[in-house]
Amino acid sequence: MKILPMDTKSENPGRDPFQKKGPGLSTSNVQIMPAMNMQGLSCATEEIRPLAAYDKPGYALCNYVDHFMETGAGPVPVIRPDLDKRDRLSTIAVRCGIRRHKYLVSPGLYGIGSPDPDSEVLVTANYKLTFDHLRSALGGISAWILVLDTNGVNVWCAAGKKTFSTRELVNRIQAVSLKQVVTHKRVIVPQLGATGVSPRQVKTQSGFRVVYGPVRACDIPVFLNNGRKADKSMRQVSFTLFERFVLTPVELHGALKMAGITALALFVLSGIGPGIFSFHEAWERGLVSLAALVTGLISGAILTPVLLPFIPSKKFAFKGILTGSVCTLLLLPVIYPGIGSMAGAAALFIFSVMVSSHLAMNFTGATPFTSPSGVEKEMKQYLPVQLAGVLVSAGLWIYSAF
Amino acid sequence: MKDFRYLEDVATLVLDEQKCIGCSLCTEVCPQAVFEMIENKARIVDFNACMECGACVSNCPADAISVSPGVG
Repeated sequence: MKILPMDTKSENPGRDPFQKKGPGLSTSNVQIMPAMNMQGLSCATEEIRPLAAYDKPGYALCNYVDHFMETGAGPVPVIRPDLDKRDRLSTIAVRCGIRRHKYLVSPGLYGIGSPDPDSEVLVTANYKLTFDHLRSALGGISAWILVLDTNGVNVWCAAGKKTFSTRELVNRIQAVSLKQVVTHKRVIVPQLGATGVSPRQVKTQSGFRVVYGPVRACDIPVFLNNGRKADKSMRQVSFTLFERFVLTPVELHGALKMAGITALALFVLSGIGPGIFSFHEAWERGLVSLAALVTGLISGAILTPVLLPFIPSKKFAFKGILTGSVCTLLLLPVIYPGIGSMAGAAALFIFSVMVSSHLAMNFTGATPFTSPSGVEKEMKQYLPVQLAGVLVSAGLWIYSAF
Repeated sequence: MKDFRYLEDVATLVLDEQKCIGCSLCTEVCPQAVFEMIENKARIVDFNACMECGACVSNCPADAISVSPGVG
């Protein structure tokens, strides 16, 4: 079928197929089929969109906005608590490290349910994953949501970096004219935001009192029902098997670049032998050493985090060594025919275990219970070990080729 | 967190019990239950659970708590 370019020029108004166009239908870059020129046929829909009044050139309505409501400070978007397919797919992508650093919502004031001037104000960060997590916990609740600009970073990390801060909270309260929206003087800040917030300063600078909500958004309904009181379990962080598991794709993603460079180096090293350099050996032995690298990756970035509390030792680097040893001992019999010597096997064993140890140590940054002082101590102790291990294994691997 | 323990005797947490005014905000914001109120004064009851997040420091109205991790 021949496709004609769209013709909307004013000298030919009789042929304009978009005469009866519906609201929100963009005519730019649209090509239409000739059949659409026939009378009585229209490709434009006439359905009524309740949000059409908020259409603005160059802006797109967010899928989580249900409607807008008028407040003392102008129209405020009221969002839905349920996540749609797009939200869920994006969550999976972001959990895998894809577009994680630009997954954000606009800072400002939102509503959920049917909030009124007496409704609570829940403060959160503008990381879309955080925002989705919060709203999906608020089904059946009417509240205001004050989103701070944290550059798309979650509450706890942003509080640590002081972007979720007293200053940002005070500025945002003023920017959205919160005093014109609610009659009370109270904002509920997630407890993990406490690192960046000084309630006294918020009070003196904005007039609003900070009440700390629970650590987890899912406890908010109970917290509100109990008269804004959190019990001890709501005040403590957890690190369940599932909570650990969902972090592993990002750990792997973070290690991929370094793993790629390492893999290249492995192929080069594997080619060194009696004939100075052999492309055949580079490929054959390279593939064998790649298996050791992948084993180290899986052990350090997935198995150690998931099995964390079941692996002996408090030191993550040592946990990585233990898991890596078990995994590599299982791998070695499989790839031994391709290695051919004890020296080669020892080289790959040390290498794989060191990769696992390093990645496991790296995971300290993703846990909710490691102190920076402890991590520093561990790194000082184990980084030299890991570096030495990799050098020894490289030497052994070259030696084993002769 | 009782299930997860990290290295011991490394945290830089210091509480000046003389300065404590007994507001109990530290027990509220600490995500690791490091503090408890004993006789209207905050006390460190689980030092090795401290992860040096600094929530207690920024919330203490009496500047009675300090945490000074290095670069981390």
